[in-house]
Amino acid sequence: MVRLKKILNSQKVAPYVFITPFILTFLIFFVYPLFSTTIMSFQSVLPGQIEFIGFTNYRRLFSDKIFWKAVSNSIKYMVVTILFLIPFPMLFAFFIDKKIMIGREVFKSIFFLPALTSVVVAGTIFRLIFGELPGSLMNTVISALGMAPIKWLKIQKTGFAALIILACWRWTGVNMLYFLSGLKNIPEQLYESAAIDGANGFERFIYITIPLLKPTTIYVLTISIYAGLAMFTESYMLWAGNNSPQNIGLTIVGYLYRQGIEKNSMGYASAVGLILLIFTMGINLTQLRFTGVLKKEEE
Amino acid sequence: MKGYKKGIKYIFMGFLSFCMVLSIAGCNNTKMDASKDRSTSLEIDTGASEDATKMEMWVFVELHSKFYGEMIRRWNQQHPDRQLDIRFVALPYDDMHNKLQMALQSGKGAPDLCDIEVGKFPNFLMGEPQLESLNDVVEPYKDSIVQSRLDLYSKDGNIYGLPTHVGATVMFYNTEILEEAGVDYTQIETWDDYILAGKKVVEETSKSMGVAETNAMWTLSALLAQQSSDYVTDDGKPNVNSKEMIKAMTLIQDMLNEGIIEVCPGGQPDTEEGFGYINEGNVASMVMPLWFMSRFLDYMPDLNGKIAIAPVPVFEKGMPRSVGLGGTGTVVTKTAVDTQLAKEFLAFAKLSEEANMQVWKVLGFDPVNTNLWKNKEITHDEENKFVQYFVNNPFEVLNEVEHEIELIRSLEITPSINNVIGTQVLNDINENGADPEATLNDAQAQLENELGL
Repeated sequence: MVRLKKILNSQKVAPYVFITPFILTFLIFFVYPLFSTTIMSFQSVLPGQIEFIGFTNYRRLFSDKIFWKAVSNSIKYMVVTILFLIPFPMLFAFFIDKKIMIGREVFKSIFFLPALTSVVVAGTIFRLIFGELPGSLMNTVISALGMAPIKWLKIQKTGFAALIILACWRWTGVNMLYFLSGLKNIPEQLYESAAIDGANGFERFIYITIPLLKPTTIYVLTISIYAGLAMFTESYMLWAGNNSPQNIGLTIVGYLYRQGIEKNSMGYASAVGLILLIFTMGINLTQLRFTGVLKKEEE
Repeated sequence: MKGYKKGIKYIFMGFLSFCMVLSIAGCNNTKMDASKDRSTSLEIDTGASEDATKMEMWVFVELHSKFYGEMIRRWNQQHPDRQLDIRFVALPYDDMHNKLQMALQSGKGAPDLCDIEVGKFPNFLMGEPQLESLNDVVEPYKDSIVQSRLDLYSKDGNIYGLPTHVGATVMFYNTEILEEAGVDYTQIETWDDYILAGKKVVEETSKSMGVAETNAMWTLSALLAQQSSDYVTDDGKPNVNSKEMIKAMTLIQDMLNEGIIEVCPGGQPDTEEGFGYINEGNVASMVMPLWFMSRFLDYMPDLNGKIAIAPVPVFEKGMPRSVGLGGTGTVVTKTAVDTQLAKEFLAFAKLSEEANMQVWKVLGFDPVNTNLWKNKEITHDEENKFVQYFVNNPFEVLNEVEHEIELIRSLEITPSINNVIGTQVLNDINENGADPEATLNDAQAQLENELGL
């Protein structure tokens, strides 16, 4: 007992005791699944019939048109959401952070509200807004402008636009909060001295806010890349299921779900999952190296 | 002083380890709560005694548990020495099937009995089915059951699931529109008749004769079955570019091009948009399985007394006029506590005449036991809400097509085929006007690639 106490209290052991919870969670919920997914991606997995089939899953994957459709959808979605969900939340945060802004708290809550709304509800509402009948909200709007009703969710471009609008509606507030907390770390004196030097509001935003927000921006970028590539729920809810017309809303995770769950092809789905992991890791590591985050840690 | 420090250390360590335990237990708790929130455990009085065998059953339609509850009560009355008590868990459609799939794959946590929707059923027959073969308990009922419905849930000669209904496809006609156009639906026998009548309807009422689907295959399956064809070859390979398939798709596209039918809002009648559209009296007819009757009662009250049921038109007289579509197969899992009892109860609850009477009365489905179809007391019961709603009696049509109810097979590759047709082919041909033959050839190639053939 005394010895055990001594060991636990020693400076060498204590840190490991402290990080045990994390290590355990990491091992059980990340390393082990990753390990078994890798094995399963080389197998055909069926009840009572698990056999090793080498690279067959991967060979099928690379000649699978629908898979590449899903990949291109996911990448497009990721790029477009990043284009919208970094500059705009940053700008909104900048305005809301200004003391002279009227109704700051109100705007903050309004922007954040969608994040608290269940995606299931939001998806259903958006589906109705973009309904194909002439009476749906969007069709009423465009017919007021003199255009014919559109079957929004059946056409590649409009369906994708609906998906992007849903994503922006949902995530603007969250990203704005990240930027707001980043803005709080920028010392007021910098703005003051810049103002004394004659910089106007726009210049202060460009030369002080944006550079000093870099760590926040990198963080938001990293999670946006991951979230963009791993998107599933929004599409699933917007099309009331995983099967959109011509697969216009199919994402990599949607395809994983289709293969693994809807078609009970776990091995194939594992291969899809691993490819997704490789994509996300690849893009994010490049991005982090490029923005200098990894370098700093190495030094 | 030293002791005080030590005390703090202990408190600190105790607190940390408490947090650790909490964080691990916390994970579990939230998970369990989440699943609890979404599922409903249903308390149903089954009249079972204390020593009844306890079982669990999952369903994805809550109403079904009421039906089974009634059947358990009857079973317990008739078999006082072999009583059983079932706890029902109703889960959302996707959740239930996913959970069952995982449970059967891993061999742990599956219920004793379970409802499986026909579209998902092939997944559970893959590999070695983790379900009990029901051949022995089906035997006593076999002669009075629609055989094709048993074949649907079979693999290698073993029946693994018992059907709830036939789901015979019929044509539902809106008699109000037809009368306005001066069309007598009873005279429509072939698709040529239908097109002629359709032209009249469009001319006189400027409404559509029918609907085309973009995300369901009701009409297409009916057209395929009447040519005695299928989406798969006899040896289970995809066969979506057969000449029967091209003929069927061409007919639908021709009717669309001539403006006789239109693409259904929502992609098919069995959707909210579809119900609304039909209820407003915009279309004169639709090909749907008989279980669509309950949708009329629940969602289309304005059409009360206006809908007639008739056999689906055919390409040439003499072709089979119906096919069973949709459905739920109920299974006994290999991990059930008392498989023999579960199997015998299941056969009683789904195949016996009293069970089928309940299927008709409670659920409004066309029952699989054909003895019932001839029982006028049941079929023409004036009190029955289904009998009241429709212009003619559904069983008259059922009896007329009794020996013409074909089967569209449901195999391991079926989910893939449905997916390609439901998301791509129908959209291309019906919505975008693509050439049927070329589109179907593409689809066939894609399927062969995906399935590694």
